[in-house]
Amino acid sequence: MSKKTYITLDGNEAVAHVAYRCNEVMCIYPITPSSNMGEWCDQWASEGKPNLWGIVPTVVEMQSEAGAAGAVHGSLQTGALTCTFTASQGLLLKIPNMFKIAGELTPTVFHISARTVATHALSIFGDHSDVMAARSTGFALLSSASVQEAMDFALIAQASTLEARVPFLHFFDGFRTSHEVSKIEMVTEDVMRQMIDEDLIIAHRLRAMNPERPVLRGTAQNPDVFFQARERCNPFYLKCADITQKVMDKFAAITGRQYKLFQYVGAPDAERIVVLMGSGCETAHETVDYLTARGEKVGVLKVRLYRPFDIKRFCEALPATVKSIAVLDRTKEPGSAGEPLYLDVVSALNEGLSKGWVKSMPRVVCGRYGLSSKEFTPAMVKAVLDNLSKAEPKNHFTVGITDDVTETSLEYDPEFSTEADDVIRAVFYGLGSDGTVSANKDSIKIIGENTDMYAQGYFVYDSKKAGAVTISHLRFGKRPIRSTYLISKANFVACHQPVFLYRYDMLKHLVPGGVFLLNTPYSKEEIWDKLPRSVQKALIDKKAKFYIIDAVSVARKTGMGGRINRIMQTCFFALAGVLPKDEAIEAIKQSIKKTYGRKGEDIVRKNIEAVDQTLDNLFEVPVPDKVTSTFDVPPIFPDAPEDIRNTLGVIYGNRGDELPVSAFSPDGTFPTGTAKYEKRNIAIEIPVWDEKTCIQCGKCVMICPHASIRMKVYEPQYLNGAPAGFKSTDARAPEFKGLKFTLQVAPEDCTGCVLCVEVCPARNKTEAKLKAINMQLKDPILDQERENWKFFLELPEYDRRKLKVSQIRQQQLMTPLFEFSGACAGCGETPYLKLLSQLFGDRVVAANATGCSSIYCGNLPTTPWTKNNDGRGPTWNNSLFEDAAEFGLGFRVSIDKQRDFAIALCKKLAPVLGDDLVTAIINADQSDEAGIYEQRQRVAALKQKLANVQTPEAKMLVAIADNLVRRSVWIIGGDGWAYDIGYGGLDHVLASGRDVNMLVLDTEVYSNTGGQMSKATPRGAIARFAAGGKPMAKKDLGLMAMSYGNVYVASVAMGAKDEHTLRAFLEAESYPGVSLIIAYCHCIAHGIDLDRGMGARQQKLAVDSGQWLLYRYDPRRLEKGENPLQLDSPPPKIKVEEYLMTEIRFKMLTKSKPEEAKRLFALAQQDVDNRYRFYQYLAQRDFKSMAPQQAQTPAGEAKQ
Amino acid sequence: MDITTTYLGFKLRSPLVVGASPLGDSVDNLKKMEDCGAAAVVLHSLFEEQLRLEQYELHHHLTHGTESYPEALSYFPEPQELLVGPEAYLKHISEAKKAVKMPVIASLNGSTLGGWTSYAKKMEEAGADAIELNIYYIPTDLNLPGSVVEQTYIDILKAVKSVVKIPVAVKLSPFFSNMANMAKRLVDAGADGLVLFNRFYQPDIDLEQLEVVPNILLSTPMAMRLPLRWIAILYGRLNTCFAATSGIHKGTDVIKMIMAGADVTMLCSVLMRHGIEHIAVIEREMIQWMEEHEYESVSQMKGSMSQKSCPDPAAFERAQYMRALATTKSL
Repeated sequence: MSKKTYITLDGNEAVAHVAYRCNEVMCIYPITPSSNMGEWCDQWASEGKPNLWGIVPTVVEMQSEAGAAGAVHGSLQTGALTCTFTASQGLLLKIPNMFKIAGELTPTVFHISARTVATHALSIFGDHSDVMAARSTGFALLSSASVQEAMDFALIAQASTLEARVPFLHFFDGFRTSHEVSKIEMVTEDVMRQMIDEDLIIAHRLRAMNPERPVLRGTAQNPDVFFQARERCNPFYLKCADITQKVMDKFAAITGRQYKLFQYVGAPDAERIVVLMGSGCETAHETVDYLTARGEKVGVLKVRLYRPFDIKRFCEALPATVKSIAVLDRTKEPGSAGEPLYLDVVSALNEGLSKGWVKSMPRVVCGRYGLSSKEFTPAMVKAVLDNLSKAEPKNHFTVGITDDVTETSLEYDPEFSTEADDVIRAVFYGLGSDGTVSANKDSIKIIGENTDMYAQGYFVYDSKKAGAVTISHLRFGKRPIRSTYLISKANFVACHQPVFLYRYDMLKHLVPGGVFLLNTPYSKEEIWDKLPRSVQKALIDKKAKFYIIDAVSVARKTGMGGRINRIMQTCFFALAGVLPKDEAIEAIKQSIKKTYGRKGEDIVRKNIEAVDQTLDNLFEVPVPDKVTSTFDVPPIFPDAPEDIRNTLGVIYGNRGDELPVSAFSPDGTFPTGTAKYEKRNIAIEIPVWDEKTCIQCGKCVMICPHASIRMKVYEPQYLNGAPAGFKSTDARAPEFKGLKFTLQVAPEDCTGCVLCVEVCPARNKTEAKLKAINMQLKDPILDQERENWKFFLELPEYDRRKLKVSQIRQQQLMTPLFEFSGACAGCGETPYLKLLSQLFGDRVVAANATGCSSIYCGNLPTTPWTKNNDGRGPTWNNSLFEDAAEFGLGFRVSIDKQRDFAIALCKKLAPVLGDDLVTAIINADQSDEAGIYEQRQRVAALKQKLANVQTPEAKMLVAIADNLVRRSVWIIGGDGWAYDIGYGGLDHVLASGRDVNMLVLDTEVYSNTGGQMSKATPRGAIARFAAGGKPMAKKDLGLMAMSYGNVYVASVAMGAKDEHTLRAFLEAESYPGVSLIIAYCHCIAHGIDLDRGMGARQQKLAVDSGQWLLYRYDPRRLEKGENPLQLDSPPPKIKVEEYLMTEIRFKMLTKSKPEEAKRLFALAQQDVDNRYRFYQYLAQRDFKSMAPQQAQTPAGEAKQ
Repeated sequence: MDITTTYLGFKLRSPLVVGASPLGDSVDNLKKMEDCGAAAVVLHSLFEEQLRLEQYELHHHLTHGTESYPEALSYFPEPQELLVGPEAYLKHISEAKKAVKMPVIASLNGSTLGGWTSYAKKMEEAGADAIELNIYYIPTDLNLPGSVVEQTYIDILKAVKSVVKIPVAVKLSPFFSNMANMAKRLVDAGADGLVLFNRFYQPDIDLEQLEVVPNILLSTPMAMRLPLRWIAILYGRLNTCFAATSGIHKGTDVIKMIMAGADVTMLCSVLMRHGIEHIAVIEREMIQWMEEHEYESVSQMKGSMSQKSCPDPAAFERAQYMRALATTKSL
């Protein structure tokens, strides 16, 4: 048996550790939660780490998972050891090739961090709906249930597939296993070498396509032979289970860890058994251990190899005493006779009975659990087992939710717990920006590596990117930890941000006598009076030990800025007693040196100083015996309608688990206009308007990513009743003579990103450091500004029909119908969406590709899309990552078809409607706001006239008449969609000629999944899968689109030239064909000071250097004999390097590979020079001779 | 014609030394300088503060936004090795030493005493032939006496001298109450050479943006008057060597500086403006003038117009208003 080596890591890294060493080629595409596996491999490859055979594997990032699967297939067919990693929709895209790979009996392992497939909603979290969708591909399905098993099974799968020639899908639960950090026994390279049979690899090589001994594969077969040929693979499948068990036995002999295809744990004479797969097995195992120790005859059967399903081994694994079985599936198949594992179990038992492998048929029931990482706890396992004790157990049940619609759910006792007393359990509430999670991951490693204790960490993240909250769950114990569920009985609870006291019930899970640690600016004498009543009561009731530290102050003194993580980590070690204090502090310091050493001595020194200063500032606060506070936790969404408060408000309050099934619409529909209820209050400072300095240009309003600074002009009389501090001044524009002007900030919605102040062009005449808006501490002015904002919202909107929309100072008076998103503070994407919502929002139908924008637009609980005073606003949907263009084209075709039908019905119903109205409707000019307003009036008249007409045609016309008002179809997505995965669809829609508008929010990297390279990534930028700087230039998507000739194309950068952006949006929307706007978006993934308002400056530098070109290509100009291309960028003013060195994505290359940086930066300059010259050449061509007969007109239908 | 000179103990082929500038960043440029006749080169300055700020910047951006959002737990691959310290600079020194035969002088601007000494030692270990201390310090504290500032210069020099064996020159500013005394104190503290003077970047105001902007201007020929005066005054009175820098654009400028007492002249702006090849032009101009005026060597003319040796020593001490006064009187 090999010597035991321990390692602390997460499931993804555990799998990648094996996959990298046992393969030569990895073809990948990023998708949560599997992305990290490919990223680990890429990182190791870039470091030159070899595989088992001394070769550095090649990692290829493809344009989609479908592409990755194709490349895997090709690589396998030509003999390389190849694997891939994916999840969810990614796995679905691989299915066609999986059939092929399996059909050709090709050994490979696909490692899947199993994730929910999008249905009524997308979810990035874990369940088995993806792998179950792939169960018919012919792949073997091997399920691991823990981080340890994930590493072990990665190797078992690899060894098995080589011998069986059946490809393996090795899966483990997304997030619960993929992201759980755990101390495990490492599978060493020595173990891998013993497990992998070189002869089998040679056999794989010899089967490869080779022109020296050519073969033909991938034939087309006819009815005469396909069937027989398909059955030819049977012997391989019949042997596969035996081979896998043999490999498991060999693995056991080497490592001592024995696995079975169906692994039974529990009472030998168990009568009630639960059967399941994945991480839930660990919780079930823990529960069964607990219950059997108390005399219950229960057990759990863990399914390891789900396909091929070995019926005999399954039957034999069951205790002969079993009377009833509950089969749990972590997936849902609506309309089926039962979920897949259940059907397999029933079928297996039936067959086993006929073969005599089981003596009698137990009662079998099934249930669903844990969809989208829904908690699966010992209490739920007990409920499932208790259900089996009933005379008539509930079948087709659910557990973990309250189903008050179809009554499927089992009740369970949430207080039931199997947590062992000797396990230290700690929960930490932190902000993403304060480093809580990274410090906790570090603590796990410290304990894992410095003691003989086992350690486990699981982290719950936020779906918001600005002000994100993190909750860390850490366990430490003497035995391996099987608790694959969140901590509900904590010995230690830490609150790293005092604001959480008013938002979360953190003490709910503290055990009596537990420790509560609070970071607070108050002293130990002051703090008690600053706690809400409910917190005081909980501390008293639980007899908690209460400690405080002013970590922010310590961090400030030691130059740590907002990173309080090392300080809080030191407190944890000092209070939790996991390690002797001095030993723990020394270990933290060693870890600091290891973690930050390569980032510089100063970083190390500051962190160590912070640790040294911590304990002197940590104080115990005596807990009084009476609740004395005069205030309590404020209500959530107090201003929202009751239905919203009771659903979305509950989710926002972190109690979404408590909502029953009936709280939701059956088809995934939610109201818009909900972000305004959140009032997240995440800004420390907010902009304050100086009306005397302001020139009323509207630039601040335009750039605000969160729509939290707005302006209005209005009649002076509306100021009656204004709050005392409400500011107003005379409107400056001649058109607004006699009107008043106000610029107002939404104080509780502003993120404090400073972008507005940065773009403000006005300077105070006597103190030039002041602008027309200036940042001030929020707290002292919050009450006043809250009142002002409320009053401001009540002021009337300016009539849209009277605005000159081509002037920013007027256009920005339009109400944004996109507000208060959860995007990063200072986001570069959202200003474009807000602009689109202002201009066309009341008639927008939006198709959004998956990515950052789909998350900040559609991640529950709220959406920034909202409605105007008439109740109109953008209607939005996200289909998939890859199909936004096609999805949006579908909108257009559908709307046009219904409009045509409505026109036909109008004509038919002319006798009722009147010829004049019908003619006016059909011939309406809807090219501007006034025209649209009038058409809406006509449609309203039409509906009124038909209100009492009961003919089928009249009813139908009323139903579709809204389509007579011009709809603005927008297709929105990032560069990952437009340049890579969705390019095929985008290109097809470009060629369609239909009246759709495509907006590419180009951050030049996959921002949402953590900065992977896309084809939009510029040369020299460091990104994941381009750790050495992207060697190739950025793809010129705009130029490709222009080649069609009849597509409107614009390349814009609002931060560089906002008027140009506005013009492009207006032109694009008015163009009666396909429009493509490629919008430069600064991004957190660029390594810029996003939260200090630097985004716009970066856009300007990009344009000034020529790295980003501003242009518009308008096919309509051809008709006038003008060149359709207008190059709106002046010649570059600065060198590209000057710009590149202001963004970490480029600058870091000068620190990691200085020579390569020099080379790539020089090439980047050449790219810019050549591109500018080329565009200049194109824009200077004379098109007079081409007009008008050669001009291409859009194939689509003209604007109404 | 003997145009050789000595500086910091090095026998140089001419008094034409390339001063600290971005031109020294590339080894190819260094080779070109040598080919064009440069006698020595001062590399661009290593700024300790800049290195520190870059460390913070990198750390900030590599951690900012991480471990917050489940789909993007970080945004950048973290390279195993990051050259965030002086490594790149030190590597450049050793590569420069391999590429050229002329002396390579490293330039250092520290921000802490520990930084000055540790980086100086590393520069010596990397092969630098000498170190130029670029003490770039603009005191703005109303309560900081000039004497403390002066002592800081001395302390830095002494600290560096105590850890390195190679020659150390000090590049200093002219903004001392008594420049001569300061120069003497530096020489007493061990300065092997004085580089006169450091030309601070003077900020400008952008009237359109109402912003203070760095206005990096190349030197003009007028800039040479200040070092000319002080070298002339100090020559022969201090046992050290002098490098003249600022405003040296022509062969005759070099000659003036040598006559004032400079051992070498630092070329910088002129090469930025006209290219490295211009070293040869200046050398030709210098030789031509010397030939026309029948000078035999640089050493012959060195200090010949210093305050000590010139016909009108008081001219170096007069302030402009006295000259103006004299002119008025003569009218």
